[in-house]
Amino acid sequence: MSFPILTVAAALPAVGAVLTAALPPATNTRSRDRNKVVPLLFSLGTLVLACVVAARFQPHGARYQMTEHHSWIPQFGISYSLGVDGLGVVLILLTGVLVPFVMLASWHDADPVVDDSGTFERNRRTQGFFALILAVEAMVVIAFEATDVFLFYVFFEAMLIPMYFLIGGFGDRTKGEDARQRSYAAVKFLLYNLLGGLVMLAAVIGLYTITHTFDLVSITTALQNGSLHFSSTAENALFLGFMFAFAVKAPLWPLHTWLPNAMGEATPGVAVLITAVVDKVGTFAMLRFCLQLFPQASKTFAPAILVLSVIGILYGALLAVGQKDIKRLVAYASISHFGFIILGIFALTSQGQSGAELYMVNHGVSTAAWLLVAGFLMSRRGSRLISDYGGVQKVAPVLAGTFLVGGLAILSLPGLGPFVSEFLVLVGTFERYPALGIVATAGIVLAALYVLVLYQRTMTGPVKPGNEGVGDLKARELVVVAPLIALLLVLGVYPKPVADIVNPSVNQTLSQMGQSDPAPHINAATTTTTGGGQ
Amino acid sequence: MTGMTLAAAIPPIPAPHIEYLQLSPMLAVFGAALVGVLAEAFVPRRHRYTAQIGIALAGLAASFGLILYLAVDGYATNKADLAAMGAVAVDGPSLFLQGVITLVAVVAVLQFAERRLEPRSSTGASVDAFAPEAAAVPGSDAERRAATSGHATTEVYPLTMFAVGGMLLFPAASDLLTMFVALEVFSLPLYLICALARRRRLLSQEAAVKYFLLGAFSSAFFLFGLALVYGYAGSVQLSRIADVVEGRATITPALAQTTGNDVLLLIGLAMLGVGLLFKVGAVPFHMWTPDVYQGAPTPVTGFMASATKVAAFGAMLRLLYVAFPGLSWDWRPVLWGVAILTMVAGAIIAVTQTDVKRLLAYSSVAHAGFILTGVIALDRSGLGAVMFYLAAYSFVTLGAFAVVTLVRDADGEATHLSRWAGLGRRSPLLAAVFALFLLAFAGIPLTSGFTGKFAVFQAASGSGGTALVIVGVLSSAVAAFFYIRVIVLMFFSDPRADGPTVAVPSPLTGAAIGLGAVVTVVLGVAPEYFLHLANQASLFVR
Repeated sequence: MSFPILTVAAALPAVGAVLTAALPPATNTRSRDRNKVVPLLFSLGTLVLACVVAARFQPHGARYQMTEHHSWIPQFGISYSLGVDGLGVVLILLTGVLVPFVMLASWHDADPVVDDSGTFERNRRTQGFFALILAVEAMVVIAFEATDVFLFYVFFEAMLIPMYFLIGGFGDRTKGEDARQRSYAAVKFLLYNLLGGLVMLAAVIGLYTITHTFDLVSITTALQNGSLHFSSTAENALFLGFMFAFAVKAPLWPLHTWLPNAMGEATPGVAVLITAVVDKVGTFAMLRFCLQLFPQASKTFAPAILVLSVIGILYGALLAVGQKDIKRLVAYASISHFGFIILGIFALTSQGQSGAELYMVNHGVSTAAWLLVAGFLMSRRGSRLISDYGGVQKVAPVLAGTFLVGGLAILSLPGLGPFVSEFLVLVGTFERYPALGIVATAGIVLAALYVLVLYQRTMTGPVKPGNEGVGDLKARELVVVAPLIALLLVLGVYPKPVADIVNPSVNQTLSQMGQSDPAPHINAATTTTTGGGQ
Repeated sequence: MTGMTLAAAIPPIPAPHIEYLQLSPMLAVFGAALVGVLAEAFVPRRHRYTAQIGIALAGLAASFGLILYLAVDGYATNKADLAAMGAVAVDGPSLFLQGVITLVAVVAVLQFAERRLEPRSSTGASVDAFAPEAAAVPGSDAERRAATSGHATTEVYPLTMFAVGGMLLFPAASDLLTMFVALEVFSLPLYLICALARRRRLLSQEAAVKYFLLGAFSSAFFLFGLALVYGYAGSVQLSRIADVVEGRATITPALAQTTGNDVLLLIGLAMLGVGLLFKVGAVPFHMWTPDVYQGAPTPVTGFMASATKVAAFGAMLRLLYVAFPGLSWDWRPVLWGVAILTMVAGAIIAVTQTDVKRLLAYSSVAHAGFILTGVIALDRSGLGAVMFYLAAYSFVTLGAFAVVTLVRDADGEATHLSRWAGLGRRSPLLAAVFALFLLAFAGIPLTSGFTGKFAVFQAASGSGGTALVIVGVLSSAVAAFFYIRVIVLMFFSDPRADGPTVAVPSPLTGAAIGLGAVVTVVLGVAPEYFLHLANQASLFVR
């Protein structure tokens, strides 16, 4: 039996979470730092394991690699089956990379309160915060690895609990009305996602009554060789059940309303965790489960979903332009970007899907960079309102500069990661639905507007009263920002390594669906790009 | 038998043949109850507490051991008997449910025995949750004297043993008369022990009277239904009723006039159904649940909420699956309606509750609805799923009510939800355990509640109940809201300055809560063995 690397990659952060939670409460600065370094080490260990997984992955090998298979609840055809395809590898790597940065960026977000006499408040708040992040990481990783529908469902649902406590229990505003706002946001997050999950549960049960197994590989094999057939009513109903849950998670307009609340009230680090890591499970699951289990229904509903995602692109971008609160602005920008990802997935072309898969990575990195720098800024003044800032680039040039680079990545400037993926998504969409492609392009223009206007209002102009004391980035903050920006540059200039990993799985998914790209047609003066950026 | 020379032809009545070994689990518990009564009369007061707990636990342990013995002997898998002249079925479902009930009873007895939570009386004696003098008028001098005297009574233990004995018999009864007797045997002691709360005597007595009156009505319904079904089938034997329903039986000439009269059958079945639906607390027969759950001493509430539900669902399953499967076209649509009403009403009314015990009561109503979806499946997977659900649910319920006993202020238990604000900050461990139980109630994955819900919904969906599953899933979402509201309250609200304290329990309650938590996690994470057990046991003897 080979080494169960996938189990270990998910188990390490889980063990880390338990150990961290068990650490004694801090009594001085030393023990406080110990309580934070231990979880950080575990997240770095997970990153190493994610790299090992990526290194062992052979892009042109079997569909699912490093597979593990154990019976779990045979009565319901449930097994503990793990395996990764290209997309899984890339997203595990993304998770492994982002979590240590999130931890470092949140270094002081959950510090114990120290009273005037220097006594530490004795509680496990700090450990709890970092343990919850590790728990989320473990569950996200196993969701990316699961090849059993039920196993996936379990962790898809279970990750709500630590996320809920992260949103509701920690934040920059702790007292009175503000705390109520936060608990409202946490409950809204939980109820939306729980409702989505329960609808999915109905579909999961329905799937079982037809297939009598939850093993993704056996179901897709049976579908392909014709030994299993869904009636179109059943397939459509099941698809909608699954898609509903993923669309809440991703989030797709009009199921997005929990995201601005959750991201607005959470700490910047947790907000990054939500949008850059956890929400990716939704788009990942669309590709892995919706398209593969229900190919016909996916084609049936693709136009409707594409229209919703284009609405989401424009709606998110428009609302981002109008926001007064920095974190909510980032949240609406994310809704717009998730629109692009879902657009790429359901355009059902190879460029579109490669673009969407790259976009998941790029969106994760760029949002992390942008929002974490914004978080550093907000932590300096304790305000989230755009109107409280102005002229920051004069007093904190490095902060302003990195904020600009992060923002430029968000607006898909060529040379930075997101450009490649956004371009591919639009090309892929245009091939099949030119009209939607054109409308979606407007989202890029709006992105430029909200990013640059935010930069202009906060960073340029005369220094606003109260901003004089805004210090520049400290060493810890630079350690967070610099690698993320470097990563954005690498992904923008040389995306080939990532594209090489995801492309085979894109082709496999599409061929499983019996879907091929529209034939390129050359007429008059236009030529369609094929396989751009690969 | 020809009916011509009736007087001359009366055959000698045969002495009933009793299979003592197969009946031994029940006999052990009834024996413990009788010994308990004697102990109450003859053992000196200062030794009674120890003696009664010893007797009760010994009886339950013996009973559980005998159940295990019978199961290992093959009764749950490859053989089954109708013992005591066909009155008691010894088969998989009987043994499985009896096993669950005895384990639940052990945990309940541990909680009954808790004497560290109530403040010591003026005489320095430690007391439990039960009234020192149940007969005293609430608010009277006699009651005050009894309360300050430091007396603690122990009649609750033999009463509980009688109730447990009846509960063991109820799901095993394979004729309607035995079923009725079992119903009364376990109900009457429960009415009594509901009235035994040490604090809030009036509320407790009101609960008991309410429970008794409504319970008596439902028993009357059951009895009336029994008579009508006897008129229809000419027998109280479940298997014989099934034969008549399905037209296989020869009809006794003496009853030829009524036998086969569908009016009797349908009204009779409906009335039997009312009796059982009352006991499981299904809408619209749920009205007693919140008042009784709130008024009864909390350890008793936990016992009632779990064990009664197990026994009553067991009997309902046997009645519907053994006697009336041929009538499923008639009862399934009705149960569909009842299940939907129960799930929806239970979940929605629970949202507005402000008392934690009433909240758990409505939650138990909603859960009765979830379980009914499995009952409706009418196949082996449904039976196995319901039995698993019952096992999972009872331990969560016991644990949750045990936690309720620990959150106290000067007036006893602080059950108003607003008093629970910030509990997570004051005692994170207790709040976390309670959150675990709430999450299990809500059916979050990796808890036993999820596995159970999945099992019953899967069974319902497999037998054409897709609509039921959708209603079930939506009411789960509503239910999740109020469970989560409690968690929010515990973890995200600021503690009140005058808030309740968390009493440090003796190892007895600690064990009850710990066991509940362990079972909740094990049945959620590694349910394979127990699902297997439930599936294997899911075959009724006819």
